[in-house]
Amino acid sequence: MPGLAGVPRTDEKQTAKSFKTDQEVRWCPGCGDYAILAAVQGFLPELGLRKENIVFISGIGCSSRFPYYMNTYGMHSIHGRAPAIATGVAVTRPDLSVWVVTGDGDALSIGGNHLIHALRRNVNLKILLFNNRIYGLTKGQYSPTSETGKITKSTPMGSLDYSFNPVSIALGAEASFVARTIDSDRQHLTETLRRAAAHEGTALVEILQNCNIFNDGAWAPLKDVDTRDDMLIRLVDGEQIRFGADGEHVVVRGKGGHITVAEAADVDESDIIVFDSHAEDPGLAFALSRLADVHSLADTPVGVFRDVVRPSYDRLVREQVEAAKGTEQPDLQALLRGKDTWTVN
Amino acid sequence: MTSTAKTVVPLGHVVIRFAGDSGDGMQLTGDRFTSETAGLGNDLSTLPDFPAEIRAPAGTLPGVSAFQLHFADHDIMTPGDRPDVLVAMNPAALKANLKDLRPGSDLIINTDEFTKRNLEKVGYHANPLEDGSLEQYAVHDIALTSMTLEALADCDVSKKEAERAKNMFALGLLCWLYSRPTEGTLEFLRTKFAKKPDIMAANIAAFEAGWSFGETTESFSVRYEVKPAPMLPGTYRNITGNPALAYGLIAASRQSGLPLFLGSYPITPASDILHELSKHKDFGVVTVQAEDEIAGVTAALGASYAGSLGVTTTSGPGVALKSEAIGLAVSLELPLVVVDVQRGGPSTGLPTKTEQADLLQAMFGRNGEAPVPIVAPRSPGDCFDAALEAARIAIVYRTPVFLLSDGYLANGSEPWRVPDVNKLPSIDPNFATEPNHDGEFWPYLRDPETLARPWAVPGTPGLEHRIGGLEKADGSGDISYDPENHDHMVRLRQAKVDAIAATIPPVEVEDPSGQARVLILGWGSTYGPIGAACRAVRAEGLDVAQAHLRHLNPFPANLGEILHSYDRVIVPEMNLGQLAFLIRGRYLVDAIGYNQVRGLPFTSEELASAITDVISNL
Repeated sequence: MPGLAGVPRTDEKQTAKSFKTDQEVRWCPGCGDYAILAAVQGFLPELGLRKENIVFISGIGCSSRFPYYMNTYGMHSIHGRAPAIATGVAVTRPDLSVWVVTGDGDALSIGGNHLIHALRRNVNLKILLFNNRIYGLTKGQYSPTSETGKITKSTPMGSLDYSFNPVSIALGAEASFVARTIDSDRQHLTETLRRAAAHEGTALVEILQNCNIFNDGAWAPLKDVDTRDDMLIRLVDGEQIRFGADGEHVVVRGKGGHITVAEAADVDESDIIVFDSHAEDPGLAFALSRLADVHSLADTPVGVFRDVVRPSYDRLVREQVEAAKGTEQPDLQALLRGKDTWTVN
Repeated sequence: MTSTAKTVVPLGHVVIRFAGDSGDGMQLTGDRFTSETAGLGNDLSTLPDFPAEIRAPAGTLPGVSAFQLHFADHDIMTPGDRPDVLVAMNPAALKANLKDLRPGSDLIINTDEFTKRNLEKVGYHANPLEDGSLEQYAVHDIALTSMTLEALADCDVSKKEAERAKNMFALGLLCWLYSRPTEGTLEFLRTKFAKKPDIMAANIAAFEAGWSFGETTESFSVRYEVKPAPMLPGTYRNITGNPALAYGLIAASRQSGLPLFLGSYPITPASDILHELSKHKDFGVVTVQAEDEIAGVTAALGASYAGSLGVTTTSGPGVALKSEAIGLAVSLELPLVVVDVQRGGPSTGLPTKTEQADLLQAMFGRNGEAPVPIVAPRSPGDCFDAALEAARIAIVYRTPVFLLSDGYLANGSEPWRVPDVNKLPSIDPNFATEPNHDGEFWPYLRDPETLARPWAVPGTPGLEHRIGGLEKADGSGDISYDPENHDHMVRLRQAKVDAIAATIPPVEVEDPSGQARVLILGWGSTYGPIGAACRAVRAEGLDVAQAHLRHLNPFPANLGEILHSYDRVIVPEMNLGQLAFLIRGRYLVDAIGYNQVRGLPFTSEELASAITDVISNL
């Protein structure tokens, strides 16, 4: 797992319980964050890392209470700034596994700038973005991922903002790893975490999360048994992009080079796109990220959209520092003296 | 190059100001003259004065760039109130600087640039060289540009390149006039233009031509010499404030064993610290030029969290942006050095001019009660020691610390007695390695003396814990909204900063006669001008005391006692009275501010005058 290359392992047998703290969890009953917490605690033992070498850094929001419930090192910082703080941690400590927990407000509103630069630099961070399409902690204002027209406390006549698509943004910000998963799909979430952890560089994982108090059911069409088969597209490497209860819907390349959803019966087998997250060209990944209907959520892809190899910023920084170092300890006295001295006797 | 033809007159001190267009190389000329002067052993002090724009239109007033240098055969403290010699490379330089000269001062003027067009550009309706308006000065008319072109006639360079070498002609002339050694400049030119032998030859030819001109021209009948100044024995070099500050941070890294991490964003006049530190990766220094000021300070905070010495560098506008993150550092109680190289404000203000108006921002610029220690250097060389001291406080007390420098110190230079690295103080981070409370680790269980919390960095087994910006319970560090706990924690964080006073030296007062009834209290770069002013006042037979603060928060423990033992306390500041505000509030002393906010240091003359007024009205 290149993403964990410098992090020391442990022989100790870990379980989910190893990662629980004594703090009573304060999320609302029914919050999607519980499922994510359980999935992360259930997954980490698999990595077999020394617990003390794992760090969770969060910003502000319900999402960002996460570190308090993880029995690792953790920091609950300030709104939007976790990726920047985490950059300082990752660059100086190759022996740490650094995770950032954030939300749609924290990462895409106030934190947008730091997010895109972390992605651009490809700092070895695993960014978990809990997207519930609302501001939960401040009690119900709209967020950059809320749909236009949404009625909230600050938009009683409906939001006028066009909404962001986190996967599209990440790809535009040069991301080397972008994925989307769902809080209630434990298996898919765990598999996504596994791939993210293995990745060297910034791994952005958008987790569709339900805020049952302020935006209940925001992702329901993608979760309800009755609708999800026809709405949700699961991307799997090496496989045709197919969905529907009987695999009757497919994603094909159209004449103009664009992609569309079609009925398998209506197209040639050869037109059906075979997905590959490792493709160097982000074009297909980007096109897939644009498929979903913002309001109905129809044709929403989930899975790892992109997973390519690019050296991480922190590794490059350390290599450059190493290259500058000589074989002996640098001479501080010589540095202070400089080149032009004179002596007074 | 030597000369015996003309009389050599000894001088105790000289103030020279080189002034020209931004493209004329005045800073380089000033730097070279300074270097030769330092090497000769004079005491010196410099004041570069340049505009914010990269290259304003040629020959205009906004484009004037100047470099002032004061050098002497004795200890001096300022770059000089007024130049004794003005080298004016064009009409704009003359117009902008003439008002600062005393009658009788020398004017060395490049007459070639005094064309009708250039004169009109800056509002001269007649040529000052011809209309008698310069009668009261000793004018030396020199066709500098054409003489440079003539001297370079045989060189294989374009006319433009030859003209550009006129600053070397001026330098050669001034080096002759003040009997400066020349080998340093020749070596400098050889190295700088090693890959461009034609340019090298041209510049050397121009320099030598300027020197020869001095020897032969009738315009200068004497030359001067300024003997070396008595200095404490030791090894010296010339040092500029920003590099000195950078070296202090590297030294702090060495003395504490913590790797140095700089998270920064370019901003005038602090960018040079970023540049300097980025050159020293061999010392393990990591520099990240972040996407903005906030990313710079938060990356530094993250590095500190992970066990480095986290530093950020900026100026006033950047401090404003960083305030939330600094508040987080106060709450997390982690080391962080915040360097503010102050400049003219408010808002974008005067990027290349000096000021010291961020003191109250440093004291109070955060939400809630968020005390942050403040350290301020007093001279370019002191930037080294102040940086070490700021790092010490940050590390030992687990706190952000402001290091308040200013543009004048950042770009000014002076001789510096190179410290012996073996005598630098050690700084012990004292990392936590064991549980400290019934087999658990409590991140806020403090040292009873320093009130510092234990610092356990990620990777330390068994001490896993979480910290954050929410209020926390004393000891355990768990989130707490309890009313009594919050009151207690707010007071505790204040008490921790106050407790730093126990490890800072008492204020020293300079009062040679012991009879002074008036105290001049300063901080930051006013040290030089205040010192020079006090000398002048004492030379007139009056008694005055001077004290200078390096620590602005907390104040040294004996400050109140000192302030109350004088009849008057005057606080000269380049702001509207910020230190005065603090000491009035803290010590109930009726301090008098003496304030100017011109973007320039005080002159010792104006301060001496103000001090004399106060003394005579006692």
